[in-house]
Amino acid sequence: MYVSQNKKDSKALTIAVTGLNANDNPGPGLAVIRALRDGFGSDLKIIGLAYETLEPAIYLKDHIDKTYQIPYPSAGVKALLERLSYIQEKENIDVLIPNFDAELHNFIKIEKELLSIGIKTFLPSHKQLEERDKVNLKAFGDKNNFKVPADEVIFKSSEIDVPAEKFGYPLLVKGKFYDAYVVQNASDAHKAFHKLHAKWGLPIIIQKFIKGTEINIAGLGDGMGDAISVIPMRKMYITEKGKAWAGITIEDEKLIALAKDFAKATNWKGGFELEIMKEDNGDLYIMEVNPRFPAWIYLTVASGQNQPKALVDLALGNPIDSFSTYKTGKMFVRYAWDNVVDVEEFQKFSAFGEL
Amino acid sequence: MKLKSNIATSENGFIFNPATGDSFTSNGIAAEILAYMKLAESEQEIKKRIIDKYEVEPSQLERDWDDYMLQLKEANLLDL
Repeated sequence: MYVSQNKKDSKALTIAVTGLNANDNPGPGLAVIRALRDGFGSDLKIIGLAYETLEPAIYLKDHIDKTYQIPYPSAGVKALLERLSYIQEKENIDVLIPNFDAELHNFIKIEKELLSIGIKTFLPSHKQLEERDKVNLKAFGDKNNFKVPADEVIFKSSEIDVPAEKFGYPLLVKGKFYDAYVVQNASDAHKAFHKLHAKWGLPIIIQKFIKGTEINIAGLGDGMGDAISVIPMRKMYITEKGKAWAGITIEDEKLIALAKDFAKATNWKGGFELEIMKEDNGDLYIMEVNPRFPAWIYLTVASGQNQPKALVDLALGNPIDSFSTYKTGKMFVRYAWDNVVDVEEFQKFSAFGEL
Repeated sequence: MKLKSNIATSENGFIFNPATGDSFTSNGIAAEILAYMKLAESEQEIKKRIIDKYEVEPSQLERDWDDYMLQLKEANLLDL
């Protein structure tokens, strides 16, 4: 059962969304927007927030009404708040949904200031964010009785040998925020270390390799210990970067229970994704916890649980109940598509930071 | 041998396991046997139907039956 505001009675909403990089390692923004458009209908204004000029969704005018460039997380919270205050004066944003791991820290930090200018969010706390961080995940799992592969956090490539000897090859070498490589030997492990170091900085996580079936779970925590929506998806086609390019919703009570246990253990507030490895004996390992919706979030809509809409309802304080059913066997098959735009559009966004 | 209760099958031989997301295709006779299994018919009942309907030696049917059940088991489609 799910209760939400009647579309026809609700006033037009303005929702701001980040994560517009719908590329081969896609941000979730475009899928979140698609879900919101399905959920709220035509009375919805979408404001895109982009970091770079070539984030594809900036130029998808059917999906986004207007996009503003915002400062990189490294510019700090003051710059972000200044920019969002400027945007708010023009757009009167009701709800903002950040979709990048790396930006969440800053958005959480300015949550109250955003609320004071009328922008609502529905975000986890800094404590929740830290607990599930890749660097802390093993300790988090041990504390809450979740299976998490053994790992070692390292700061120098010369430190690879110790965990390599302990865990044996193959190993998983993971970046601080994104990306991971399965490596078969020391040479590849060093290469992976330097690639990840250059792209995401330190530390690097060396994780024991677990063989099994890759399953992801999209969930929405209400901040009070309940996961009001949980949808498990088995990856059917995996890109070189380990991303699901096709997937299917599956029925597995153990997966649902795991996501609910996670929400309960953390009082998780907001969207989340659990990356699971299911061993042949049925054991479920949490490989990662992403503190936001995944890029495949539209599959939750297709299977009957519109998680992004539910998050907006939670942010607005609308009454909602937990979802109880979903359709299994719903598939997504992602595709690439060339959107053709005039250079003037690119030039406008590059020069003025607005389109 | 009992098919797992949640396994979805179609007349054209497509099999879907919603617990794992696995899907399979089967030929006509395999699909027919699955349909009988879904109706909870016993192994003996199904074998009798096949022998009555098709020209097949009982010994050949036994071999093919065992092979098919092994495939279903390996595909994690049977309630063991």
